Amino acid sequence: MQIFPCPYCGPRSDAEFHYVGDADKPRPARDCSDEQWAQYLLMRSNARGATRELWVHRTGCGRWLVVNRDTVTHEIHAVEPMNR
Amino acid sequence: MSQTPRRTRYSGWRLLREALRSHQGWTPAWDEREPAAAYDVVIIGGGGHGLATAYYLARTHGIANVAVIEKGWIGGGNTGRNTTIIRSNYFHPQSAALYDLSVSLYESLSKELNYNIMFSQRGMMEIAHDQPELETMMRAANAMRINGVDIEVIDRDETLRREPLLDPSPRSRWPICGALLQRRAGTARHDAVAWGYARAAAARGVHIIQNCEVRGFLREHGRIVAIQTNRGDIRGARFGLAVAGNSSVLANLAGFELPLQSYTLQAMVSEPVKPCLNMVSLSTSTGSYISQSDKGELVMGGNLDRSPSYAQRGGFRVTQSVVAPLLEMFPSFSTLKLMRQWGGTVDASPDNSPIIGPAPVAGLYLNCGWGTGGFKAIPAGGTLLAHLLATGRHHPLSEPFDHRRFGRGELVDEGHAGVAH
Repeated sequence: MQIFPCPYCGPRSDAEFHYVGDADKPRPARDCSDEQWAQYLLMRSNARGATRELWVHRTGCGRWLVVNRDTVTHEIHAVEPMNR
Repeated sequence: MSQTPRRTRYSGWRLLREALRSHQGWTPAWDEREPAAAYDVVIIGGGGHGLATAYYLARTHGIANVAVIEKGWIGGGNTGRNTTIIRSNYFHPQSAALYDLSVSLYESLSKELNYNIMFSQRGMMEIAHDQPELETMMRAANAMRINGVDIEVIDRDETLRREPLLDPSPRSRWPICGALLQRRAGTARHDAVAWGYARAAAARGVHIIQNCEVRGFLREHGRIVAIQTNRGDIRGARFGLAVAGNSSVLANLAGFELPLQSYTLQAMVSEPVKPCLNMVSLSTSTGSYISQSDKGELVMGGNLDRSPSYAQRGGFRVTQSVVAPLLEMFPSFSTLKLMRQWGGTVDASPDNSPIIGPAPVAGLYLNCGWGTGGFKAIPAGGTLLAHLLATGRHHPLSEPFDHRRFGRGELVDEGHAGVAH
């Protein structure tokens, strides 16, 4: 088990959190091409090391969070509220 | 290129002869090589898929001026970490053709490679725990049979007869209702698959270069012409990429993205016991599965750890979730100790199907996205990537798995068959 620091609820078990995808991914315009939509929907940065990821505190407060995490060590550097 | 050394052919007579001469006559299965300056084909990744690709390039296409570049030791990634299950019970015709080719090639592989890969076609049961699940299975079985895969649905009594240690009680947490049976499915020795392909490829002149890590790509006129490694630059006419969980990392170095996410997939074994399981059994509802190795260990696996990871180790919660339903199904195993648990980094694709074909960058060809099920596909993956590297064009079987399918929405969604392996 790992403890995730939720900015709203404090330290909580990782079982309450759900990974969503890359953070800071701009949503394309509504009239975008199929390729642009597939790019947004399916492509992943999938970085080895430091990442900025979108998570949701699903069985906690239900808020969306930006998690700065390392995919090799699993260390969590910072958890921020999602601002958009 | 240097001379390919004489290599021992394995046989019963050879074993007898060596037994009588204190085993002094065996030669190395493959040789340590220094990288040459250039090759016709350079394959990045010395796992099963990379080594099989090298072998089929030399055998089928007559291209032996080939290097396999491995950052660690061959077969030390997912090839050496998986639970060795081989099957082809996939839903869509494109996948059935792909995985059935692989099972067929596995059937003759020991003879072809002159290396015993210990392929044991003991059969596999995907167990249904209730009537709706069994009916869903019948639909899948019909689709698979139309695709030409050997599949049958068996009832509760037949399932229990085949695996007598299953709990027959209808009040069990995971009662037995019937199963989807593939008789040709089974297990093989994973190290032997890597070593067998390595030995057979090296015998045809392929260079296997271990402890050689790719750190960058060199391009000329938009085309990849060389890789930069910790042991110098290596030029090539064409490059193959078969690095499973690290595909996105290498793609990033080459300047493009892939629709892959790397996760940890765990496997674990109990202490060894006398033979007690006949087949591979999978619980469809929970994704957990179990078989017995030749050493007697119960080999278990199940679902992915839930956060993206390159750690090659999994968390206890998933270990527990894999084992718990198996102990409900096989109550007598609850007295066994779990001896070892480990993890590998798998590259999950959006439709649980692989990506095979030319990369978005010229000169590079992909074999990735196998997710949790790459081991069973090694002979097919090698055959198809070798075809691409030799001809520059798709084999008809790899055409549906080109990366451009995502932009077109032509997904080959194996969400059911792709869950657990």
